[in-house]
Amino acid sequence: MEDTNNILDFFSLTDPNIRYVVIGSVLLTASSAIIGCFTFLRKRALIGDAIAHSVLPGVCLSFILAGTKNPLILLIGAFITGFISVYLMDFITRNSRIKQDTAIGLLLSVFFGIGILLLTFIQHSGDASQSGLDSFLFGKAASLVAEDLMVFGTAGIILIVTIILLYKEFTLISFDENYARTIGLPVRTFEFILTVLTVLAVVIGIQAVGIVLMSAMLITPAAAARFWTNKLSLMIILAAVLGALSGISGAYISYLSPAMPTGPWIVLIISAIAIFSFMAAPGKGIIARLVLQRNHRHQILEENILKVLFHMGEKEKNYFNKWSIQDIIRKRRMASAQLSTGLNRLRNEGYVEKENNTWRLTQEGKEKGQRITRIHRLWEMYLTEYLRIAPDHVHEDAETMEHIITPEIEARLEEQLKYPSKDPHDETIPYRE
Amino acid sequence: MNIQVENPIVEIHDLTVSYSRKPVLWGIDLTIPSGSLVGIIGPNGAGKSTILKTTMGLIPVSSGYIKLFGKDLDEVRDKVSYVPQRESVDWDFPASVMDVVLMGRYNRLGLFKRPRNADKDVAMECLQKVGMEAFVKRQISQLSGGQQQRVFLARALAQDADLYFMDEPFAGVDAATEAAIIKLLREMTAKGKTVIVVHHDLQSAVDYFNWILLLNMRLVASGPTDKVFTQQLLQETYGGKLTLLSKVGDLLEKEQFPTRE
Repeated sequence: MEDTNNILDFFSLTDPNIRYVVIGSVLLTASSAIIGCFTFLRKRALIGDAIAHSVLPGVCLSFILAGTKNPLILLIGAFITGFISVYLMDFITRNSRIKQDTAIGLLLSVFFGIGILLLTFIQHSGDASQSGLDSFLFGKAASLVAEDLMVFGTAGIILIVTIILLYKEFTLISFDENYARTIGLPVRTFEFILTVLTVLAVVIGIQAVGIVLMSAMLITPAAAARFWTNKLSLMIILAAVLGALSGISGAYISYLSPAMPTGPWIVLIISAIAIFSFMAAPGKGIIARLVLQRNHRHQILEENILKVLFHMGEKEKNYFNKWSIQDIIRKRRMASAQLSTGLNRLRNEGYVEKENNTWRLTQEGKEKGQRITRIHRLWEMYLTEYLRIAPDHVHEDAETMEHIITPEIEARLEEQLKYPSKDPHDETIPYRE
Repeated sequence: MNIQVENPIVEIHDLTVSYSRKPVLWGIDLTIPSGSLVGIIGPNGAGKSTILKTTMGLIPVSSGYIKLFGKDLDEVRDKVSYVPQRESVDWDFPASVMDVVLMGRYNRLGLFKRPRNADKDVAMECLQKVGMEAFVKRQISQLSGGQQQRVFLARALAQDADLYFMDEPFAGVDAATEAAIIKLLREMTAKGKTVIVVHHDLQSAVDYFNWILLLNMRLVASGPTDKVFTQQLLQETYGGKLTLLSKVGDLLEKEQFPTRE
């Protein structure tokens, strides 16, 4: 009972404090997810992390200089040092032998180290107004107030509008930067804008999840969204929705139990979403691939059984003979349990019939077994004739190819080989009558 | 053998290009007549791609200059189109064939504008020219190498330029696609366009091109195919790098010495 009340209280947004938290978390997480799509596609994931760590000295310095926790002032400080780190990264990679990953590692730790130093200094300075600055480390989505919201809301809207306006250019430089240069696009300017937006997103995003976890908010929603769509516009929208979803859930969890840190929860939830996408996404997900592999295994087993039954019929000159499981195993070694399930599936599909524990091909089953045999022998012919592979080396390859060759390729094989009557092992190639 | 022409569409004057101080192209001087189908031929590491990239302003020159239509690149960008190597981009990018071809229209669209229906019509027409109209909605990661190459060509065609630079458009392409592409390039030059192609295969080069540049870190020859494609000049191009030239280049890199005073 109490739980339902909690949910109602939270999601009806009647309490202004809750309203700020919910709207704030959505804005913060969605805007970093949106710009994160470009960071992800430009393969700049680590740069986001470096920026996030580099804003701490900026936050601390502006607090020391201005003596206030006004979010706008802290944001400006954060922005400046975040930007300096990106610029230095660029400078170091271009003017020294140091590669980008090393430059990122260097700058990230140096800036973060200075930041922690300044933070410790502030905490021991006895200034009472400083309490709460350390929330930059792990985020404070659950304690956002109206003032924060104004600043971050504005920044978030600037970010989203810029992306909509420059969508075409950002897409082009993310896909093919050199081509963009050749058509006269000022690539450097657009890269600069993109960097400004990334720094902006990081600076407002760390309010929700904190410096340490910020790169997850940039990259994870984009990575999760990529699994579900091949369309960039859709991917961006999806990333924003997934990011926002994790933002709200994280805020709700800290609302239920205020001792829970919001940022880590948000990151855990978006990571869970990403893992789920990784598993369950259609086509690209692991489950989809496992299903596909299982279907292939089934197909191979069933086609092999039909082929064996056809071979046995070939020998007996009666394709519709009845055979026991043992007969089949004697011809081709198979686990008997596997063979029975395969036969049962084939019966359901109408390719074999069962009579007192014996099995026989139906007309359809005979034709399918014949086709597999035909492709197998044609492919062996093709390998010996066109690739000059020795006849005793072609069987293994044909064992696989017989299951994937399409009717079109089959027709072209027959044509190219001019309908041979025997395969390299002197077996008759069975054509349709 | 370096044949100079009047009113060249491409003029390269005393061009030297270096990577981290090490020259990869030395003192290139050449002119190319308008309307030709040009092959840039040479062994690996000869600087074939470099000369295209430098012409398109992607690599800075160490010395010398390049004029297109007698002007600087920036003044004539709308008339010049570049087809990068297929491997230069990540084909797993979330985009459709149409999305990529439309990129060829971006320079006409200007900031903030979305492609219009007219641009889509042009893109569709260009896809038809390369025989890819059936793939218009296909995700680009699902294309074969030859199909990807044709999408890049269609994107360049959509620019409707007069001068085309193509970096290895036949690399990793099946024979049928290669024939289709060369037919298209011939049609383009018949209409007065100039097409300059980095090419690997010596055997087909004689048939394909009417003007050939032989390159191996320096210009060995530039001129009409029948005059340039001689045993002796080919020998000079493929007969290995000039040992002294490489040594001096290595030295410049090692000492980080400026190429020009």
